[in-house]
Formats: sequence, C-alpha cells, structure tokens
Amino acid sequence: MRATCWTGTTSVEVQDVPDPKILNPRDAIVRVSSTAICGSDLHLYDGYMPTMEKGDILGHEFMGEVVEVGPGAASKVSVGDRVVVPFTIACGACLSCARGLYSVCENTNPNAAMAEKAFGFPTAGIFGYSHLTGGYAGGQAEYARVPFADVGPLKIESDLTDEQLLFLSDIFPTGYMGAEMCDIKPGDIVAVWGAGPVGQFAIASAFLLGAERVIAIDRFDYRLEMARTQSGAEVINYEGTDVNDALKEITAGRGPDACIDAVGMEAHHGTAAIQAYDRVKQTARLETERPHALRQAITSCRNGGVVSIIGVYGGLIDKFPIGSLMNRSLTIRSGQCHVQRYMRPLLEHIEAGRIDPTFIITHRLGLEEAPGGYETFKHKEDGCMKVVLKPFT
Amino acid sequence: MEGRTAITINASPEAVYAAWREFERLASFMYHLKSVSTTSDGRSHWVARGPAGTSVEWDAEITDDIPAERIAWRSLDGASVDNAGSVQFRPAPGDQGTEVHLALRYSLPGGALSSAVAKLFGEEPTQQISDDLRRFKQIVETGEIARSDGSPLGSRTKNLMHQHDAHPLTDDEAAGAAQEAKA
Repeated sequence: MRATCWTGTTSVEVQDVPDPKILNPRDAIVRVSSTAICGSDLHLYDGYMPTMEKGDILGHEFMGEVVEVGPGAASKVSVGDRVVVPFTIACGACLSCARGLYSVCENTNPNAAMAEKAFGFPTAGIFGYSHLTGGYAGGQAEYARVPFADVGPLKIESDLTDEQLLFLSDIFPTGYMGAEMCDIKPGDIVAVWGAGPVGQFAIASAFLLGAERVIAIDRFDYRLEMARTQSGAEVINYEGTDVNDALKEITAGRGPDACIDAVGMEAHHGTAAIQAYDRVKQTARLETERPHALRQAITSCRNGGVVSIIGVYGGLIDKFPIGSLMNRSLTIRSGQCHVQRYMRPLLEHIEAGRIDPTFIITHRLGLEEAPGGYETFKHKEDGCMKVVLKPFT
Repeated sequence: MEGRTAITINASPEAVYAAWREFERLASFMYHLKSVSTTSDGRSHWVARGPAGTSVEWDAEITDDIPAERIAWRSLDGASVDNAGSVQFRPAPGDQGTEVHLALRYSLPGGALSSAVAKLFGEEPTQQISDDLRRFKQIVETGEIARSDGSPLGSRTKNLMHQHDAHPLTDDEAAGAAQEAKA
C-alpha cells in the first residue's frame, strides 16, 4: 500500500510499504477514506519529538471502512462498518480506562519502559506518533491496523460526510477537553493561545460550554479572522501588542478566568531576544520546548484561575513562572485528550447542528500530495488551516 | 541473581491468582521460558531459553499455594540451575484491583551453565521481570499482549533500542519476529 512515511527532519515521502495485517485477536484493519495532518504532526516533522525512526508511517487522525476484523473484536465491529478512529489506543479494561483516562491507558504501549524513562510513568499507544508512544504505524496511508478495535472506533450510522466526522478522531475532542478543563461558569472569560485547528475547536467549545467571552491570541490574521467570524471570538494579534496588558484591558483588570494553551512546544515569541534564547536552548537540546505561550497563559490568568494545557510538550522547559502559579492560587490541568470519552457526545453536537467542524478545512489533497501538504501547513502558506488527505481519490 | 518487582492489575485477587496458577501459561508472558508443563503430583518441568538456541531444563515443586494470596515454587534438589520464585496477590487499597508482587532467584554456582543463565537475564533481571509482569497484566486485563509495528513482540526492554520502523512487517519479517520470540 501507499503510506506517508517520516524520512528525517522536515522530510516525508509517500512510499510503498507492506499492507497491515491482523496481529492480535482484537485488531481490525481499516481502509482509510479520510485522514488529516495535525499540528502535532509538525512537531514530528520538525524533529522535536524524540524516538522517531526513518520509515515510520505518520498520521493519527483518520476514519474509514472496516475491511478485516480479528475474532476478539468481532462482537463489536464488522466488515463494512464506517468508523472514526480515536488517536489514542486504549484497552478499555485497565484502571485508567475505567476512570475515563484513555490517553494514559496502561496496556497499549508496548514501549512502556521507554515512556516510563522519559515521563516517570508510561502513556498509552498513539497511532503514528513516535516510538515513545508505542511505535504504531499511522493512518496517513491507504490502510491502517487498529488494535482494540472493539474499544476505540466510533461506528457511524448516520449519513454525515467524512469531513463532518473526521475531526472526532482528535482535534475536536482535544479542543473540547481543553475548554472542559476550564470548568466554565456563567460570565467566564476564556483566553486561548493558538488559533490553529485545535485552538479553533477550543474556542468553539468554550462557547458551547457557556463562556461569556472568548479571546483568541495568535500572530496570523487569517487564523484570528476565522476565530472571529466562525465562533465570535475577540482577537489579539500578539505581534505589536502586549498580550498581558491587552487581556487586562479586556477583563477590566481581572484577567481571564481560564487560559488555554493550544500551542505547545514550538511557540513563537514576539520579543526577539526571548524567542532567540529559547530557540538556541531548544536547538542545543538544553530545553526541549519553546514555552512562551504557556508562560504567558500563566502570568495572564486571573488569581485562582485555571490554566488548561492541550498544546503538546515532550520534555523540559526553562524559566517556568512557578512563582506566579503558586502565589496566585492557579490550577493547571492538562493531558493528551481522552478521545474515547468525548466522541459520542460530540457526535451528538454535530448531528444536532450545534457545530459544523468542516469550517476549519482549507486544503483537500490526495495522499500522494502529503509532502506538499506538510510544507504548506508548516509555513502557514495559502491561508492553510487544516489539510485533509483522501487516499482513494 | 535476584529480581523483584510489582504491578497492579484491575481484577480480583482470585482471578489473578487463577491466571498465574496455570503454570503452562507462564511461558506466554515470561519470555525467558520456552515452556512449563505440570504433572499430576504438583510438580512441574521448566524449559528456559539458553544462548544460541540451547535450552536449560529443571524440575520444580510448589512450596506454598494459598488461593488468592500466594504461590511459591523452587527447583528440586539436583536441578541443573537452583532457582526459586514466589508471587503474592494483595487487594489494592480503594478497590483498585490486585497488587502482584513477584520475586525470582537463580543461584549461579559458576561454570558454563551459570553463564548461560546469566545471559538469559542480561544485566538487569529486574527489568526483565518487570517486562514479564507488564505482559501478564496485559493478558489478564485484555486477553492479549499489545504489539505494534515497532515492537512486534510486545513489551521487551531489550528491544527498545532497535525498533522496527512503524510500518507493517513484511511476511518474512513477521516470520523472523516469530522465530526470535522462540529463539
């Protein structure tokens, strides 16, 4: 089959690879009808996530048709089922899964010992997302093997289009969880760093959950414009604006009740010296992240507020504003999304017409065009917000 | 040579005990073993993997067997490799399943056989029996050992540094992996 393979820093190629096979009783094979490039794929593309191997198939946002089922999953999925596959692989049986913490499933990461060394405890397997998260082939391919197919995949019985459904695999639930972790109450003002795809869904979800006002912070006007027109957010372009001052002005000195970091490890800083400091340290691997958005989210948040981290981090950061966090009674909440927890309720939001996730799609490409899609997305060319790949068109 | 480790499994002590008590199944998650077979008198015959396709064999007896609490075993007098093991099952606090505490001991009197056994465990016996318990937990909780393209044999620390690419194995590679699992 054809598959999008990571071939080194800022290099992907669509290659011929063997077709996936059923390896375990609870596996299924899915023929991928739609898949997408995620902002977190850019962290892999840019070489900031350790434990990638040349030849790894990328992609953790995908859906399609079940074409083969192992005997252990056959009671729940059948050949011909149309499914959306969550990016986190979860067993459904361990204590973490029982608690709804699917992204820290205790059984699905065969490289648990590696994750344990890096993080203290292992995390779940993730499709196409380095060997630290299991070394699973991803879904930017014609076919994908889906372990624990009786637990994760969401079977679709309505006639919604792929484009309406695809983002249930990751970014809609991820944005939603980011907003849910804010414990939004009537009157709350929520600030969101990063108006990329996940940020857009965090903004939309904050409104769904009852936020009074949502402030989007980014440096690309086209992204801020989308947040304004699609969700009704107010916007701050941080280039040329002091974000902390602007947020104080908007909130009459209180600060946002909750701050969502939808940026993660490759943040850009408007002040050249600070950007240069973190860039140099990151390049030299003295720190693994450029955490400007997180620092600002902490120092901007109102006393006693919540900082919700859904942007991806892989390791260590410098100059963490622990004094601001501790002395002002802030709460940090975070996590890779527990997608399985959100797929069904968010599908209901889509079916009820309360949100149409297709608004973020700007590019529709064939699988063979994936390398160009990565470049366009990385450099935010051509108004790029979200790239959807269709392997069979 | 000694190793001990523990893990928590989301199942009752009775269920976890029952899974371990089937000694024939030990080799499915303890990768240093080729097979364990039991006889009606409560004794068992163990075959472990030696270097270069060789085997190390011994007979063992159960020395302690308290349902849902503890199983202990040791090799019989005259075994080529004197060894013993025990596993304890304790209810985890707050209804969180069962704590499994495993201890294995192999005596190495010296000589070629000892060095063969030492190689079985590499430099970190605790790491290996941690892998064993991880796979045991997977079998009890999910019925299978999690396998990926990068780690087709499942959790195995010694394979972490030379992973297969995260793309599907060819038929030849899959056969090779199966061979390695038996090697």
